[in-house]
Amino acid sequence: MFIDVSDLDYKELNDSIRDSIDCTLTNCCGQRFIAAGMSNKSITINGVPGNALGAYLNGATITVNANAQDAVGDTMNDGTIIIHGSIGDAAGYAMRGGKMFIRDNAGYRAGIHMKQYKEKIPLIVIGGTAGSFLGEYQAGGVIVVLGLGTQSQHIVGNFPCTGMHGGKMFLRGNCNNIKFPRQVSAKPANTDDLAEIRKYVSEYCELFGCNANEIMDSPFTVVTPDSKNPYKQMYVAN
Amino acid sequence: MKLEGQVRIPSGCAIAAVISKEGSRMSGEMITNAMKPMHDRSNGLGGGFAGYGIYPEYKDFYAMHFFFNDRAARKDCEVFLKERFEIVQSERIKTRKIPAITDEPVIWRYFLSPLKSVLTSMQMDEKEFVANTIVKINTEFKGSYVFSSGKNMGAFKAVGFPEDVGEFYRLEEYEGYSWTAHGRYPTNTPGWWGGAHPFTILDYSIVHNGEISSYDANRRFIEMFGYKCNLQTDTEVIAYIMDYLLRVQKLTLEEAAEVIAAPFWSTIADKSESERKKLTYLRTVYSSLLITGPFSIVFGFNGGLMALNDRLKLRSMVVGEKNDKVFIASEEAAIRVMEPDVSKIYAPAGGEPVIVRLKEGTF
Repeated sequence: MFIDVSDLDYKELNDSIRDSIDCTLTNCCGQRFIAAGMSNKSITINGVPGNALGAYLNGATITVNANAQDAVGDTMNDGTIIIHGSIGDAAGYAMRGGKMFIRDNAGYRAGIHMKQYKEKIPLIVIGGTAGSFLGEYQAGGVIVVLGLGTQSQHIVGNFPCTGMHGGKMFLRGNCNNIKFPRQVSAKPANTDDLAEIRKYVSEYCELFGCNANEIMDSPFTVVTPDSKNPYKQMYVAN
Repeated sequence: MKLEGQVRIPSGCAIAAVISKEGSRMSGEMITNAMKPMHDRSNGLGGGFAGYGIYPEYKDFYAMHFFFNDRAARKDCEVFLKERFEIVQSERIKTRKIPAITDEPVIWRYFLSPLKSVLTSMQMDEKEFVANTIVKINTEFKGSYVFSSGKNMGAFKAVGFPEDVGEFYRLEEYEGYSWTAHGRYPTNTPGWWGGAHPFTILDYSIVHNGEISSYDANRRFIEMFGYKCNLQTDTEVIAYIMDYLLRVQKLTLEEAAEVIAAPFWSTIADKSESERKKLTYLRTVYSSLLITGPFSIVFGFNGGLMALNDRLKLRSMVVGEKNDKVFIASEEAAIRVMEPDVSKIYAPAGGEPVIVRLKEGTF
């Protein structure tokens, strides 16, 4: 079912999604809170959705054929968000379950305060580069950054993992040039890590049509927190 | 009711801008429309625009836009203006009556030329003299407020949603080579016409999304140099800081950005020696002008624009390009309204200024 959303505000827009099972939104331009809290649906969006896309998402699948703005998947609990483009700041803010695949780049603070509990382990895969403060206060879940299609030496910006105290981050490359805070350790991926990474990369490649073997033909770095000193006072000692 | 400047409540906002590097003129309709998808970022307590290149027929005169409480305030202020300027043109700014905008003050525009004899006797350069006059009016003349004072540019602002403010001021009838826009969600002050953005001094204008925590430190420093922050709103102080750094201290735009959004010491330590020296110098000499807290701003001036985020990038800002035009906005959706087929779109890093100037010869 196609829904032309050009003249709808977010409330009318979400009402019409609720009334349908699967739908494609056309002419989307900045409406916020799309599909907030929804489950059991597949939603395709043509045009740029507004902030807080898929906030509190609870099982629905969202595919965006454009860039997305800020705070996508804020506190999402379950489901999948697929972005055929780049994404703004604070993607996956406090995410607690489900998956997010971003074909290109992510802005600042992707995965800020992600968490996990038992079988709920959220996942963010970023195909391109990530801005500064990646995984800020990360408390759980998995963040993968592939750095595809970039000439830049830095696939993540400044201050990654600031305040990280849980979860895992996988970064493609040896990351010699990235400065991590003291409370995390960055190590080359071992066999088990690589098997786990391949799972995520395969899923990414299936969605966006690229070659998993080529992507995996590279060293990877695993970043995890040391449990001892979890809160570095970044904002005070500047 | 207590006015702005008398009350402080502890901003979410929306900003947008467009510039044609070739200097081709665009009506104000495009920038007004750009604010529509960002409607929810404002709360109806302020909207405003600045247009550059809009008064070509009066380009050699200072265009002063005023809010007057009433006719008496205007008459009183005019007596003072006549002591300092030749009034080349004096007119009510044309507006459109719409239900969304109410309680408007008397909105007036003068085109002024400073009296040479007064300039000579006060021993001031022209810009200093005009800036000094504005501070004097806004501080001492009750019921009079100058909200725009540059040459060949003008600010238009009101209490209301930005798209309504654009309609109210009939911006589709003006043509400029660049425009900036703001939708306000005031968090520190109650929201009065004068407190809407842009804030201007001479041809400099600022639209700002954010909430700066260094306001008082910045204010105390800048007031030592003759500026007067009358409104307690953080954006006002940014306008004066930029005027001080660029016009008075003669810094470049890049250097001014390095002062107000100075990199962290740890970031400076990783730079090359010459960069490190320069950045250390700027952070040390102008330490009181470091702006902390979240901000994304667009700074307008005759001949260009600069967009800048705070160094932690606590507010969003996106830049798009298409042919000779550059678009800046809090959200990509706003850029897509101005240019659906924008060719390049990116988010500048925190503290990384995006400076766009008109092509040489066009300005």
